[in-house]
This record gives sequence, structure tokens and C-alpha cells, in this order.
Amino acid sequence: MKILVAIAQVPDTTAKISFTDNNKKLNTAGVQFIINPYDEWYALVRALEIKEAGLAEKVSVIHIGFAESDATIRKALALGVDDSYRIDTEPSDPHFVAQQLAQFIKANPYDLILLGKETISYNSGVTAGILAGLLDYPFISNASKLEINGNTVTAHQDIEGGYQIVECPMPVVISANKGMAEQRIPNMKGIMAARTKPLNVVPAFPSEITTQYETFELAPGRSACKLIDPNNVEELVNLLHTEAKVI
Amino acid sequence: MALLVYADASQNGKIKKASLEATCFAHHIASKNNNKKVIVLLYKGNEESKQKLVQAGAHKILNITNELPALSDYSVLAKLIQKFFLSENADTVVLPYDTQGKAVGAYLAGLLNCGIAPAVTELLDINNSVYTFRKNVFSGKAYATIRISSPKKIICLLPNSFPIQNLSDNSAEIRDITEDPSLTPKITIRSVEKNTTGDTIPLPEAELVVSGGRGLKGPENWGMIEELAKALGAATACSRPVTDAHWRPHHEHVGQTGLAIRPNLYIAIGISGAIQHLAGVSGSKTIVVINTDKEAPFFKAADYGIVGDAFEVVPKLTAAIKKFKESHQH
Repeated sequence: MKILVAIAQVPDTTAKISFTDNNKKLNTAGVQFIINPYDEWYALVRALEIKEAGLAEKVSVIHIGFAESDATIRKALALGVDDSYRIDTEPSDPHFVAQQLAQFIKANPYDLILLGKETISYNSGVTAGILAGLLDYPFISNASKLEINGNTVTAHQDIEGGYQIVECPMPVVISANKGMAEQRIPNMKGIMAARTKPLNVVPAFPSEITTQYETFELAPGRSACKLIDPNNVEELVNLLHTEAKVI
Repeated sequence: MALLVYADASQNGKIKKASLEATCFAHHIASKNNNKKVIVLLYKGNEESKQKLVQAGAHKILNITNELPALSDYSVLAKLIQKFFLSENADTVVLPYDTQGKAVGAYLAGLLNCGIAPAVTELLDINNSVYTFRKNVFSGKAYATIRISSPKKIICLLPNSFPIQNLSDNSAEIRDITEDPSLTPKITIRSVEKNTTGDTIPLPEAELVVSGGRGLKGPENWGMIEELAKALGAATACSRPVTDAHWRPHHEHVGQTGLAIRPNLYIAIGISGAIQHLAGVSGSKTIVVINTDKEAPFFKAADYGIVGDAFEVVPKLTAAIKKFKESHQH
């Protein structure tokens, strides 16, 4: 059994966001990039746990991006991933990324394909689903627990107001939610080993671009906070009714 | 060509607010694009649901009346929508960007191999077959304009972003239909576990939310949070340290790695306002912060603040809300 985890690169949560090139691009100056937390903490760590339990022979990661991402891919290798692939193109939008991943997977089949449920940068949350649709594979969205029994996966799929316990045969595409695993820190041995692990660069597959980000703007800050006397909560109720009009 | 909306009313026959918003949004797009037809594929809706959809702008409603258990598998639901997409000659599907809508919309975009505009909040421009929308990015820190140019399109509308209209003069063709119940799912549902009991408000849909943090000191103090929520008719939520300490269940966690919500009113009690927490709530229309520490970063992201002890302020606020509700009932 082979596992493929797709990882995206995102600005660190605490990074100050600004835009450049007439607000068409993220200003990357001084921005620290990390593996998207949903891809790393949940999808990737669970894949490694499954391998460590003797249920998978290999865990690979795949990333869409240019050579600037190699340091991020090495972090995944340092966590214990066996090998890695980078499709050498701009990860412009979810449909484009899913088309790239689908063509890679058709040429290099995997049994279990894991992605985070969304990136913390573009917050689209649709790449895993598009990929499953393109491949016509079973799809488990928002999985907060994942177990393997032979050729069957069992997962907790988070749904509105609860979760459902689902089962299906592999191959399958699964998007990982919080709860699937816990964050890990790479150790020195892993970091040393990562230097010599394979990072294969794959040329981009022909794909259509159907969706494009045009411009960005920073969200306006809120006007100054109105402080209310703790002994006069009636004023807050009044403001929520007459000014904010929310009650 | 038409726009197709899928609305799931199977839980109790009632139409969800997010589905009405999606229908209104589809009507809004149609009105700017040659008055295309808005067709709603409704699953087990009651008469009131149908009427609300007509007022929201539906021109045709196809109501599936029989139980189709296989639709719990989103790939099966995506294929059912694809079937109607083709038979109704639609070029666009509009869905709410909720747990079901985003998964089904994504799978459908894969089946149709077309563009998808996820979590949009506003239509900015239509130029022939090229639609431009606004969406939030970087966890609410910025907005983006996203352009979708494929002839077929999937659009997922972020709940609570588009007002529900009331087109009292609209009329629609309404048909009850049945579908083949023997659809084969790819995944088997073994059991369904509900987090909440019937009378509490699900967090993602809630318009008012009362949220507690570490400042409440322990799970035994959540009674006052629940009482304030009850007085307001609000859902309850919490910050990450609270679920990490198992004071509250994980499904109440809002923030970067929990739920992202955008209610009309978010009341944060004893939450300092770490950037990871703000990422999940900064889209809220109005934010109220109650905290003993006047330096708490949350005050910078709030509209109204009370610097004070939650244990004194919250019961007073609950009493004031109750009084307000009573005086406004008459």
C-alpha cells in the first residue's frame, strides 16, 4: 500500500500579509513559509503513523510550485517521508492544482491520497474534492479520524452537527480535518536524512486555467473599539440594538 | 441555459437559510445575465420550503420526494446533480459553501472538469461568460477578486453573505419527482453521530454566538455562557485552549484550525484574541469583547468592549438581555 500526501506552501500564520505588483501578487518579502497546517499536522503525520504501524510501504509527498518551495518539501522529508515530487509550475487555483495532481496520479497510482481540508492562505477547501471527481474515486471529506484494515479505510467524516463513520475500499481521496493526528517536530536524524532523500522535479502537465485570482486588497480594520462601563451593560444592549442592529 | 441550485431539506422538510441565500444569489446572477432561468433541485422539501424558494427567485422547482440514502456519499450526490445539470441544460451550479456544498461542488467540478469559485461573498462583474466574484483570503485578513471563465461553472456562496429577498410576484413551475433509490454509493455509512441535541443551534449557521476562553478558569463555569446564549438565542463556541483542555467538545472550537464562522454578533468572553483565534471569527459583523485585561489584543479587533470580570459582567448582561427581550415582545 502506497500513500501520497499533497502539500501546499503557505505564509506562516503570524506573517504580515501585503500585496505587490499592483495588488496582483502576495508580497513574499520577509514572509516565512510553512507547510499548510492541515496538510502537515493531520494528513502527513497520519500517513507516517500508518506506515510506522506497518500498514503502508511508502509515503510520498507531492507539491505544485517552483524551486523556492524545495525547503518546504525538505521539511516534509525530515518528518519521515520517503520521497517527494514537485510539479514545476505555479499553483494558480484549485482546479488547476487538481488537474496537475490527477494526471500525476494516473501515471503513478497510489492507494491512499491525503490532502488537508483547506489551505490557510486561499481558504478554498475544494482541491481534494475536485481531484476525487477528476479521478472518479471515492471521496471522504473532512476526516477527523482514519484507520486502515487491509484494503479498506474507515474514517470519521465530519458533517454538519456531527460526524458519520464511513468505510470504503482504496484507492480513495481523503481531506484531513483537525483531530486526525497531532503535530510533530522533526528530529536531527530526520533533518540530516532529508538532505539525501529524493526530490523529483516533474514538468507541468497540460491543464486548462479556468479560474484566476485577479487582485487582492487588505480587509479594512475595524473602527476603534467602543469601551463600555462594566456597571452599565444596559448601554451595550442598547448599542447592539440601535447602532449595530444585531439584536 | 439555466442556473441550477441544489437544496437539501431532507432533515425535516424545511429549507435551510443557506439554500435560500444560494437561490437568491443565483437569481441575482441570472438577472444580470439575459434573465437565465433559476432551477432548484430540492430534496424532500415541504410546501413551505417550495413557497420560500419561489419568493427567493426560483423559476422551476424539482422536488425529489423519495428517500435516497446513498446521497450521504457526496460523490453520489454530485452525480445526481450532474444528471440534472445536463437534462435541464444548465451551465452553472450554485451551492452554499457549507460542509456538504463545498464537498459536493468540488466533486462536481471534477466530474464536469470545470472552474469552481469557492466561498464567494459578492458578484462583482459579469462579462458574457466570464464572472468575477469577491472572496475572503488569508483567513479574513484580505479580499481577493476571483475570475471564472470556463463555460460551465460551480459557484459556492459563503453563508451569511447575501441577503434573502422576497419576490412576492415571482411564480414557478413546481414538480414532485422520484429518483431511482438503487444508486450505488462508493462509501458505506456505518453510523451517524450527532454532536448536538435537537434544540441547540448549529454553530456554522448561527447568527449570534457567545464564546468562552481560558479566562473562564474551568468547565464548571460554562453555565453563565450557556445562560447568556439562551437569553440571546445564540450558539456557544470556544477558543482552542478550551477544547485542548477538554473543557468543551472539539466541534465548538472556532479559529484557524477549528471552524471559521461569520455570525452577525460574536461575543468573546475571557478570550485574549490570539491571531489564530481571530482567523476564525474576524468575518463576524459585530464583535463584543469582555476581558479583565485591558491590553488583550482582542480589543483591537472588537467593535464594543467591556474591561471587567466576566463572572460579574456576564450575569448582568444576561439579565439586561432578558429585560430587553421582554420589553420588545410587546
